[in-house]
Amino acid sequence: MISTQPVTRGLIAPTDVLAVDDLQVSYRSDRGEVRAVGGVTFGLKPGERLGLVGESGCGKTTTALAIMRLIRPPGRIVGGRILLRDGGGEIDLASLSDERMRRTRLSEVALIPQGSMNSLNPVKRIGDHFADSIQAHERRVPDSEIRDRTADVLKMVGLRESTAKLYPHELSGGMKQRVCIALSITLSPKVIIADEPTSALDVVVQRHVMETLGAVQQRLNAAVILVGHDMGLLAQFVDRLGVMYAGKLVELAPIKDLFENPLHPYTRLLISSLPTLDQRGTFHGVPGLPPSLLNLPVGCLFAPRCPSVMERCSVETPPLQEVAPGHWAACHLYRTTAVPVVTAVVAANETEMPRDAGGHNGLPYRE
Amino acid sequence: MPPMTNLLEMRNVTQVFGDVNKGGTVAVDNLSYTISADQPSFTAVVGESGSGKTTIARILLGFQEPSEGQVLYRGHDLAKAPRDISNQFRREVQAVFQDPFEVYNPFYKVDHILDVPIKKFKLASGRAATRALMEEALTRVGLRPEETLGRYPHQLSGGQRQRITVARAILLKPRLIVADEPVSMVDASLRATILQTLRALNEDLGISFVYITHDLTTAYQVSDNILVLYRGRVAEMGDVTSVIKNPQHPYTQLLVASIPLPDPNRRWGENVVAASQDEMSDFRAGCTFAPRCPYVMDICRSTVPPLYQIDPHRASACFLAPQANPDDLPTVEGDVTGVFQPSERLLALTGASDGGSGDPLITDIASQTR
Amino acid sequence: MGTILVGQVAPAADTATPGIRRKLGIATYLKRNPKLIAGLLMFSSLLLFSALGPLFIDRELARPMSAIPSQPPSSTFPFGTDDQGRNLLAVAVVGLPLTLQVGLIAGFVAIVLGTVLGLTAGYVGGITDMLIRGICDILLTVPGLVVLITVAASIQGAISVQMMALVVASLAWMWPARTIRSQVLTLRERAYVQMAKLSGMKTPEIIFREIMPNLLPFLAASFVGSVAAAILASIGLEALGLGPQNEPTLGMTIYWAISFNAVIRGMWWWLTMPIVAIVILFISLFMISAGLDEIANPRLRKVSS
Repeated sequence: MISTQPVTRGLIAPTDVLAVDDLQVSYRSDRGEVRAVGGVTFGLKPGERLGLVGESGCGKTTTALAIMRLIRPPGRIVGGRILLRDGGGEIDLASLSDERMRRTRLSEVALIPQGSMNSLNPVKRIGDHFADSIQAHERRVPDSEIRDRTADVLKMVGLRESTAKLYPHELSGGMKQRVCIALSITLSPKVIIADEPTSALDVVVQRHVMETLGAVQQRLNAAVILVGHDMGLLAQFVDRLGVMYAGKLVELAPIKDLFENPLHPYTRLLISSLPTLDQRGTFHGVPGLPPSLLNLPVGCLFAPRCPSVMERCSVETPPLQEVAPGHWAACHLYRTTAVPVVTAVVAANETEMPRDAGGHNGLPYRE
Repeated sequence: MPPMTNLLEMRNVTQVFGDVNKGGTVAVDNLSYTISADQPSFTAVVGESGSGKTTIARILLGFQEPSEGQVLYRGHDLAKAPRDISNQFRREVQAVFQDPFEVYNPFYKVDHILDVPIKKFKLASGRAATRALMEEALTRVGLRPEETLGRYPHQLSGGQRQRITVARAILLKPRLIVADEPVSMVDASLRATILQTLRALNEDLGISFVYITHDLTTAYQVSDNILVLYRGRVAEMGDVTSVIKNPQHPYTQLLVASIPLPDPNRRWGENVVAASQDEMSDFRAGCTFAPRCPYVMDICRSTVPPLYQIDPHRASACFLAPQANPDDLPTVEGDVTGVFQPSERLLALTGASDGGSGDPLITDIASQTR
Repeated sequence: MGTILVGQVAPAADTATPGIRRKLGIATYLKRNPKLIAGLLMFSSLLLFSALGPLFIDRELARPMSAIPSQPPSSTFPFGTDDQGRNLLAVAVVGLPLTLQVGLIAGFVAIVLGTVLGLTAGYVGGITDMLIRGICDILLTVPGLVVLITVAASIQGAISVQMMALVVASLAWMWPARTIRSQVLTLRERAYVQMAKLSGMKTPEIIFREIMPNLLPFLAASFVGSVAAAILASIGLEALGLGPQNEPTLGMTIYWAISFNAVIRGMWWWLTMPIVAIVILFISLFMISAGLDEIANPRLRKVSS
């Protein structure tokens, strides 16, 4: 069912394989409700690579876990739908029973969790991990078939069949991560969610693992949601990128559009803070701290740190709007009905520190 | 010009874990490297996990005694140094670690990490003076003392905690800071700020840095010199711009090609990265990179390549180097520090013409009148 | 350009991460740890009983021939009397603190000895560690009760309560020493210990200022365990008749009850009093220990839903 909300209609299409509609996840803590994800909407096309980027606490991992229904108390999904479309029908993962969700996991939607190489059972051989997954979903599969399928899937990630006989500690970090990728595709899911799959790996291995993931995804024609904080990595891999801040999606666009023309001030600051190989000695930070998710301010959540903040921003929450074809941003700067009144311009992103400035201690701002 | 005093000197340091004959690893293989006491430097040590870079950090900080070789602090053997020398060592050599949470004892408030060194090194006496010193250091890193002091570690963000660690290093005004992946666990928006602070400490206060990372981009941004390690041996070293923009060693080339550039128009090429099926093998009879090298030659497998000095400020341990150069290339034996170029600006700042009194010549921001 | 950021007051949130890690106030936490509360309440009521008891009954009545012998519980003798004329209520009032005393002294000595040795062995390592571990392991294989019986039996004359405590403690320190040592081994490599070294702290100071505070919940749990073990050992010895003959402890009461065939003679109240007291004592210690275990091991903490 397409959302009846006019604004979000473009974000989700009937051909999407996965549609997240106004997802809300909260954690109950002693000091109140922490709103980890506050109404996130996006659609995933079949075979597409979508990225979710943001800093700690922005809700990207929570979103990924919510799609997999892996949120544990004191957290819970408090609103929205997660529609998985398969063939003719669609099911709302948010409202499935635990048992049905268990069967859907791995077979339809698979997760490569953060630090997954550390979640391999150290006392089991690699092959046993695969056997467990297969047997948990399908009944009475003969051992020979399990062995064959394991060998196939290991080959897909560039590992030899003999790897199945090894124990996790006998593998390097990169190999373990590729085993985790292989585990996630054992049952040929339609959607693979990878949460920071390369965070502990160095650059060369990281590239190899990402290329493996890409090859696998293309073989299966699965869609991938890549969650991470490394904009560089995402720029290399994804087709579309969503930027999250304080539990909300603030920008969503095809990757080239996003980098060539970042609309949201937060995206702009993020991109300009990335170290590059172009010019040495230029450091741009993003001042301030994200808001406490316990006590969210009214209006735009980025307003306190925004260099282009207007009066309207602390009063009215900007909705995610399609500013250019396929390019969505949640910012009052692009509201056609708004008359921007600039009250405070803070040039946070123009703080290029010349290398021989002796006066400053290197920091133009306070936190 | 007076002779340079060496703050720290690694002489033929080798570190082996486990028994080499039975699958043990050689973390550091016969490395000789010096850090000057008078000339501040900013050196990046880059390599993959297992390259030995963390081991080098531990050795420099005196946490690990090398299996072979010596570490000298101002001429004294660190392993046998008497108490007063090792106290002085602690004062002059400090660290910033990777994990902004683990460095805090969860039992104490964050103040603990600042007031312990103040007391131990007698940097201030009395509560008022101690407090003032802490506040000044925190302000320098852009934190507000009233929002950070008196809090427990879990009440602050990762970025704040890491900045406090940097503030601690500032307090001590050491001669050398070993920074082991100081920003890899910090959010992107704060990385630039912290790196900027480190750079400023180097330029304004003359503190030398050994910046350990696997992130070539930040190494490029913040250091002057770079040492690329592969499996415990130096693969390439020299001025950071030439090494990264024009890498000569195939491993450096591989590293640079694998950097995920934040530019969707410049994606990783189609060239197949030399497959890492042999990730686990440790080949030491010849060049350690031979099993993975796309340009491997017979000599690479049989002989350990010496460190060829390609130009006054660059060296590469690869047999390709003499092939590309018609003249005989000098090789670097023993201490490799000579390949590094001292920053001219820093030379001017610390006035290398002044007497080497052994007293660190520290210029403070307030007193800098140049 | 280099303009300076002005007037950006970041909201002074006192948690920057969404309330997942928090320091719970002691009161709020205790509300969620019913085992600890129940255990502490039970134990305190026993303590209260020992403390306030003498106000209600004369301690001298615990001596023989101070009441009519062999009386079942009644309003004059709430717990009855034994066959030598001891008022069993008075015996409870006198015996309970004696038993607790043994347990607390023994537990305390065991934990102090075990902690010091465990901390040293774990942190210093090397030969010291080998020595301490060696002694520990050898003594652990010694069948404690047999040794205790031999020692107690060979001490001539009456053995005092304190003596008993020390005898028990001498064989109770090994387990805490071992477990604390392994905790220290894990904590020793923590980054904050390295930080302390960099800040100029020396080894003894690191052990006591950095490592030990993080072991406190663990130490407390070990302490309770030691106390329980010590009480059990002392009661065991007493019940075999090897305890202080002149003191009406709980264990001795059991001994006399068995020796003088209380059950056959139908004097059920004689055995019941010490047994009930001991059962309450152990249940309370067990619950405290389980509650402390939860604090020491956060994974066991119940998550609020």
